[in-house]
Amino acid sequence: MGDEIKLVEKSRIMDAAAMKRAMRRLATEIVEKNKGADDLYIVGIRRRGVPLAETITDKIEALEGQRPLYGILDITLYRDDLSTVGANPVVNRTELDEDIDGKNVILVDDVLYTGRTIRAALDQLMDFGRPRKVQLAVLIDRGSEHRELPIQADFVGKMVPTKQTEIIKVMLKEYDDVEAVGIFERS
Amino acid sequence: MKLLIANGHLIDPDAQENTGMSVLIEDSKVAAWIKPNEQPPTDCEVFDASGLLVAPGFIDMHVHLREPGQEHKETIASGCAAAVAGGWTSVCPMPNTDPVNDNAAITRYMIEQAEHAGLANVFPIGAITKSSDGAELAEMGEMKAAGAVAVSDDGRPVPNAGIMLRAMQYAKDFDLPVIDHCEDKSLSSGGVMHEGRISLLLGLKGMPALAEDIDAVRDILLAAETGAHVHIAHVSTKGAVDAVRRAKEQGLNVTCEVTPHHFTLTDERVEGYDTNFKMAPPLRSREHLDAVIEGIRDGTIDAIATDHAPHHHDEKALEFDRAPFGVTGLETALGLAFNELVHRGVIGLERLVEMCSANPARIFGLKGRGTLRPGSAADLTIIDPELEWTYTNADSRSRSKNSPFSGWKFRGRAVATVVDGRVVFKI
Amino acid sequence: MEKPFRRRDLLGIRNISASEIIGILDTAENFREVNTREIKKVPALRGKTVINLFFENSTRTRTSFEIAAKRLSADAVNISVSSSSVAKGETLVDTALNLDAMDPDCIVVRHGSAGVPHQLANVSRAAIINAGDGANEHPTQALLDAMTIREHKGSIEGLEVAIVGDILHSRVARSNIHLLTKLGAKVRVAGPGTLVPGGFSHFVEKGMTVVPHIEDAIRGADVVMILRIQRERQDSAYFPTLREYSIHYGLTNERLELAKTDAIVLHPGPMNRGIEIASEVADSSRSLILDQVKYGVAVRMAVLYLATGGSASH
Repeated sequence: MGDEIKLVEKSRIMDAAAMKRAMRRLATEIVEKNKGADDLYIVGIRRRGVPLAETITDKIEALEGQRPLYGILDITLYRDDLSTVGANPVVNRTELDEDIDGKNVILVDDVLYTGRTIRAALDQLMDFGRPRKVQLAVLIDRGSEHRELPIQADFVGKMVPTKQTEIIKVMLKEYDDVEAVGIFERS
Repeated sequence: MKLLIANGHLIDPDAQENTGMSVLIEDSKVAAWIKPNEQPPTDCEVFDASGLLVAPGFIDMHVHLREPGQEHKETIASGCAAAVAGGWTSVCPMPNTDPVNDNAAITRYMIEQAEHAGLANVFPIGAITKSSDGAELAEMGEMKAAGAVAVSDDGRPVPNAGIMLRAMQYAKDFDLPVIDHCEDKSLSSGGVMHEGRISLLLGLKGMPALAEDIDAVRDILLAAETGAHVHIAHVSTKGAVDAVRRAKEQGLNVTCEVTPHHFTLTDERVEGYDTNFKMAPPLRSREHLDAVIEGIRDGTIDAIATDHAPHHHDEKALEFDRAPFGVTGLETALGLAFNELVHRGVIGLERLVEMCSANPARIFGLKGRGTLRPGSAADLTIIDPELEWTYTNADSRSRSKNSPFSGWKFRGRAVATVVDGRVVFKI
Repeated sequence: MEKPFRRRDLLGIRNISASEIIGILDTAENFREVNTREIKKVPALRGKTVINLFFENSTRTRTSFEIAAKRLSADAVNISVSSSSVAKGETLVDTALNLDAMDPDCIVVRHGSAGVPHQLANVSRAAIINAGDGANEHPTQALLDAMTIREHKGSIEGLEVAIVGDILHSRVARSNIHLLTKLGAKVRVAGPGTLVPGGFSHFVEKGMTVVPHIEDAIRGADVVMILRIQRERQDSAYFPTLREYSIHYGLTNERLELAKTDAIVLHPGPMNRGIEIASEVADSSRSLILDQVKYGVAVRMAVLYLATGGSASH
């Protein structure tokens, strides 16, 4: 997607073990706050929210002995930057096989930054039905000072205050060689 | 008034001359040739032609000047301006004006308009049949008397072999060549480009080479039967070139011409659906272009004629299959002949002059033209064979801008044109 | 004219590559899901204007493009021009410039003359999509045919495809021959000699053969594509009567027996039942004519999306 930019890693803020612990904690908090796995619908946002949502679903199943519903959102068609120069988003499939009406939807993404992706995801969800409640789980929250919309996460793996010039990269074994989170800067 | 075209290189195939020579013009005639070692007269204007070729004036056997009737496309004056800028001292307009040039009054009108413009000579071609309807013969004798040099129904070729037979029998009495645009429309109707792989690829209806071949063969058989002089216009197919070659071998009175676009472009140019590549006959495939080049090389093809066919911008800005046929050509012909024929070694300069001047004059019986022998008309085309230049439609003198060659670079062009002893064009 | 960044035309299949074709098909696959939703609308092309400029009648293609545009939230405007531009006294270029002055993002054009989309693309700033031009191309039809074939056969590469009927006048056949041969299918075309001229064997460089009889084309085929025969061809002496055409060139169950047992039948519609296709074939489970219509919407959504800014799926 877009031009290749050279990035240099400044510091590593999570390794594989830390990520695993954070995911486990997220799963526990979700179950605690929602009082079990009943009516839970874990929805990953493409791309990097998807493996995270899968992991959370697995962990909730291990905790509760009941597998919550699981789905995937592709928010491309709901983006607000489709007509800006440079964006050439690729459409992928949205997979919400089960009805979302009356469900407790947990949106899962890797990083919460401006909030615009979550806005698009919420709009899309509403086109699919009327969930009882929508909550947001993210592995990394870059801090509310970057927010461009009134959106907050309900479950946060790690709060990482950053500068605008910095880039947070969540690396997952599905897409990258390593499992880690790092702060990068353009070289 | 005397004008000396000094120190040029004279090429006069009719007089079998190809040498350094100055030409002295007095009034509207060539007065004398002056060899380099001879003393030229001093009481005359001098045109310095050092390093230039001096040729008998070029005669375009096939143009459309649109006047009378379609002056928004071209007038005789604007067409003649384009002609002299392209090095043509004489042009022969086809009769498809509105009304059709099928009588002496229109023939005379065209000549008068040309005299009024005072640029190129205009030798009209009369219609074969009234209104070019292919039914009743036009008054060929009267048109000849008024100045017509040949007869043709050009774009509306006589479909009926019986009428064509009688037209040839009749035209022969007046020594009028019968020019035919060979196209059997029962084979080509609805077609808009050459029929072949490209027409199939572009989804455009084709005009088969066969439509030209059949008509050319018919005309040659009729020429054999009648003894008339048949001139095949703008040959574009292998079959038509072959037919003319065989006819000449048999000693028949058959001649033919080729247009610059047919010896330059192929049907692949239609890709993109630019209507400035739509003309009749259509641009053919490589095989036909090669046959046309061979016909030029071996002498089967007698003349280069432009088939200058101006159309207004609005008429060409249409769907490909609705736009009219035809492209302008007066100002690009010589550049194309240099680029495609001379510089590539297909023909030499002498043969170029023969195809543009001596042969057209012979075919149309234009006495005292096509040569610069003393006593001839002082029509001269003065050429710089090395001059590099670019043609653009915007610079064209024609009222219409429908040339497919806009932006083309050429080496060789007419730098001055002299008609009846007057320099009517000079760059 | 320089197009604004990212605007892309779809003028034909001939001038796009195999990987571009696959990109469009993959994107269309992903749009199919949108068409199964209860709310069949996404905001992707909100605020974009799509003009459906139809110089030829075609309720189905126009509706398909209109639905596709609306499901992407574009504003779709239909302009039907029954008479030609010549009859209105306006040149084609004038028409294009007038529409262009209203700043549409995309113009979907159908015209009876080949090359009109190419001519419009030269003067318009909008992305031009060819919805059928004369006998030249009908690229979205070939794409939806390919999507139908992929759905039932997995991949197009290596398939044997028979295309039968009036090849000479068919833009559907041309676009399909380009698409199928680019994707590695073996195409056999057959029809009356008047409608499949000899020169057609050189139409594409490889992958297509002209065979003498309809049976030779169908024998062993995975896909049988039947073209619509137009009555007016009878008047121009391309074939004697519709009756004789149906007997010698119509697709009957008996002829379809020659194809592979799992062969599928496609027809671009509208069908002349009992002429180029027997009713029992048209109504059989092998006939995928309604699937073609269904996939048409997804294909056109993908094409509109890609023409106005999106990238192809991979």
